[in-house]
Amino acid sequence: MTSTGIGAAVRRKEDHRFITGKGRYTDDINRPGQAHAYFLRSPHAHAKIKSLDVQGAKTKPGVLAILTGDDIATDKVGGLICGWMIHSKDGSPMKAGPHPALAQGKVRYVGDHVAVVIAETVGEAKDAAEAIKIEYEVLPAEVETASAQRQGAAVIHDVAPDNTVYRWHLGDKAKTDAAFAAAKHVTKIDLTNNRLAPNPMEPRAAIGEYDSGDGVFTLYTTSQNPHVARLVLSAFIGIAPEHKLRVVAPDVGGGFGSKIFIYAEETVCVWAAKKVGRPVKWTSDRTEAFLSDAHGRDHVTHAELATDENGKITALRARTIANLGGYLSTFSSSVPTYLYAPLLSGQYDIANIYCEVDGVYTNTTPVDAYRGAGRPEATFVVERLVEAAARELGQDPAKFRRKNYIKSFPHQTPVIMTYDAGDYAASLAKAMEIADYANIGKRKRESAKNGKLRGIGISSYIEACGIAPSQAVGSLGAGVGLWESAEVRVNPVGTVEVLTGSHSHGQGHETTFAQLVSERLGVPFENVAIIHGDTDKVQFGMGTYGSRSGAVGMSAIYKALDKVIEKGKKVAAYVLEASAGDIEFKDGKFTVKGTDKAADFGAIALQAYIAHKFSGQELEPGLKEGAFYDPTNFTFPAGVHICEVEVDPGTGSTRIERWTAVDDFGVVINPMIVEGQVHGGIAQGVGQALLEGVRYNADGQLVTASYMDYAMPRADDLPSFHVGMTVTPCPSNPLGVKGCGEAGAIAAPAAVINAITDAVGHEHVAMPATAETVWKACQRASQKLAAE
Amino acid sequence: MYAFEYVRANSVRGAVSALAKHEDGKILAGGHTLLPTMKQRLASPSALVDLGAIKDLAGIEQRGRSLIIGAMTTHAAVAASDVVKASIPSLAEMAHMIGDPAVRNRGTIGGSIANNDPAADYPAACLALNATIVTNQRKIPASDFFKGLYETALEPGEIIVRVAFKPPSRAAYMKFRNPASRFALVGVFVAKKGSDIRVAVTGAGNQGVFRWRAAEEALAKRFNPKSLDGLKADAGMMNADIHASPDYRAHLVAVMTQRAVAKALGK
Repeated sequence: MTSTGIGAAVRRKEDHRFITGKGRYTDDINRPGQAHAYFLRSPHAHAKIKSLDVQGAKTKPGVLAILTGDDIATDKVGGLICGWMIHSKDGSPMKAGPHPALAQGKVRYVGDHVAVVIAETVGEAKDAAEAIKIEYEVLPAEVETASAQRQGAAVIHDVAPDNTVYRWHLGDKAKTDAAFAAAKHVTKIDLTNNRLAPNPMEPRAAIGEYDSGDGVFTLYTTSQNPHVARLVLSAFIGIAPEHKLRVVAPDVGGGFGSKIFIYAEETVCVWAAKKVGRPVKWTSDRTEAFLSDAHGRDHVTHAELATDENGKITALRARTIANLGGYLSTFSSSVPTYLYAPLLSGQYDIANIYCEVDGVYTNTTPVDAYRGAGRPEATFVVERLVEAAARELGQDPAKFRRKNYIKSFPHQTPVIMTYDAGDYAASLAKAMEIADYANIGKRKRESAKNGKLRGIGISSYIEACGIAPSQAVGSLGAGVGLWESAEVRVNPVGTVEVLTGSHSHGQGHETTFAQLVSERLGVPFENVAIIHGDTDKVQFGMGTYGSRSGAVGMSAIYKALDKVIEKGKKVAAYVLEASAGDIEFKDGKFTVKGTDKAADFGAIALQAYIAHKFSGQELEPGLKEGAFYDPTNFTFPAGVHICEVEVDPGTGSTRIERWTAVDDFGVVINPMIVEGQVHGGIAQGVGQALLEGVRYNADGQLVTASYMDYAMPRADDLPSFHVGMTVTPCPSNPLGVKGCGEAGAIAAPAAVINAITDAVGHEHVAMPATAETVWKACQRASQKLAAE
Repeated sequence: MYAFEYVRANSVRGAVSALAKHEDGKILAGGHTLLPTMKQRLASPSALVDLGAIKDLAGIEQRGRSLIIGAMTTHAAVAASDVVKASIPSLAEMAHMIGDPAVRNRGTIGGSIANNDPAADYPAACLALNATIVTNQRKIPASDFFKGLYETALEPGEIIVRVAFKPPSRAAYMKFRNPASRFALVGVFVAKKGSDIRVAVTGAGNQGVFRWRAAEEALAKRFNPKSLDGLKADAGMMNADIHASPDYRAHLVAVMTQRAVAKALGK
């Protein structure tokens, strides 16, 4: 390992520009002559637009245009799409209602886009928006996940009269039911996976621009996948053909999934730019972000676990209602189906699994992928069930898990996935050691002396990352392939530019990808530039989400580097006057086998470009190679997190005293960056477990629309984390990497809730486990004790 | 934010006359409630009269037995003041618990009291410490000053000049924070000065800050947390929102009061 190669904790290259204020985010970009967009949003959760009069507002100072759903229709701007087709049990396709970028006749959630005002300044646009005359016929709103399908519910989309998008299932119902019938013990649990607002530090923003000279549109946008945005805006929404639309996603300040999707705002900005003949800029404020960034999670689930007389798990079944909000966001349909149910086997050998999922419309902000996307929901179900089962059976939760772990690989689960590698017991053992699990009883007694309740909770999570084999996801309904692309351009002086279809918005790709290049080509780390985020520069790529950039994005680079080395060997053969088969490449040097003849990488690069040593008939000049990498399987990062809490029974406050994470991410490129990803993921998972929760009132008004009411985790809510690793290399990609971006958020909620329930006498505790929630659980526990 | 006139007053008198000139003008102290409200277009004062340049409105001094804090004194200044720490250490501690560093460096005692947010900390301190709110017109005992949610005894054109506190023999503030805003979900300031015991509660009441008389009576018999065992606050007068139910707030009032008494006793 070199000091900058694979496995080295290299400091992040990109941080110099970020911490010196030189980052260049969408809102930092100002185009000559730009105007500003302000979206008039629905104040009602569900209403018909009876009349909309913008004439008076158009005369307000500074106004360039006011556009509505009628203009969208006139210009035939296509609706926003949901790119993953889910079929119901009965074979019928999901019921996707229209999703115009500006409302047409009806609004379906508070914050829905009614009109856009384009003006010289944001202030003028807001003033004019207040002058728009609009009359609503307010309709009853459906807000609750569990009751959206009830008889007599307000119909949100005509296409789905029972507000049901699909009734989907996975697994063998008959076999699973039979296993339950034969079970010695059945554990049942009802869970709510709370709705979360993604809250990236940088709010969404967009600048649309149109060059009438060559008819080219440019969109600067906060995107995790600019090529996908261009594809959707071109092929589906119809803004412009792909070669006439450039999408730039510059520095992006966090996404957590919320910037995967193609939203109304960027669609409108790029469309409106041509209409007003000026660049059009929009930047979300924080409350707009709460209202309009796609939310995450929001499941209501009943789940059961069957065990035999030996405490062996024999079956699992779950029935989930997933709230998809007022419209289907870009990948919303896949999150509670194919990203959820295939993970319900967890780390356990479970022969029978059956899962039913109903996706429902409600009058709330659309729900889509959020850090973990389906996998945290699955982990929460599995790990709460397993914990509850262990306690009901009077077994130590760690032992119960170990007994039921999958122990040989590859392992075919009953729900699609083939786990390729792992050693779950090793992670558990290491985590228990770091967490000093053996002495928890002593620590519980010490807490009790101080009037406190201490609890410990395990979460054995697994995720499917490295998303994803294109054929496989295609067969499941995905509208796109999920490979990745790379191009490696070696410059004549031996410096290297890598163009990647992955997109970095906090992950540190400029560092980790450069480590791979430095390691494989033997060039100094500083001589490698990673270029991403601009469809004019980078070949088509699929972007960053689902912890895929290491496993898929870097594998594409790996493949391209192979080709560069092969080509370099051919050049070196001419330079070193040997046959190509005798050229070896190692540590940045081409050598002739069995001789001391050598040339370093930079010298060969120069020779490739000056092309004096070979003829054009023999070899093409230049040193530039591209590759597309399509994975052959998902990757399966897994691990064990152990959370230890102390609860103050007087107030119900929970303090996390200790956190142990032992993750198996396969081969680690940069342990410092991986640890950072784990820390961030745990913080978000703890946020979900203890603090965060989007709340609507019965009328569908968003009550948590600012940080005054939406509780984000802060540094003092978290302990210092003990992070350990185990490594089983991933067999399906050349680097052996699995992905680490989502693990913390997937593992953490169950660990926290299991720890709290342990502390409060196994009482059920819902997320977020606010002080009041935990206090009530303490009250119930002490009432039960008194009754006994 | 809508357009407004900005006036920087050089004296309290100047501020009063500027306010008189602008119908619907507002006083700007630290601006930590007013400015966000204006940015959200929820308030549209015609003018802001900024008190920030009036020098003698800010400052802290011990004057005989009274601790005097100027209305424009920031929370950070109170928290860091050796004078306050020597005179009423619990007040310095309370000031340090307000908001975050940005809030503490801009927000002022006068602004906080005049706004009388039902979850603000200072109203509880003023009530428990039997403070006197001194305006350009009169002296108002804290017990007459706080009138309900965002309501005070201040008349139009009346500006808080300073607040005078009488140091207690024992006092402590316990705050249970709202996890989102970190305002007080329940804050209890307990003060004992001879036989006068005051328990002031913020964050919990549906009519803003209040004194919990039953606790005061119990503590008058013996100033000890045990005196409060089994005493329950009235849930019927507690606030209800997404962060806490009235029952839970009532419970927290009792817990925080016991803990404040323990803290006041150095336990």
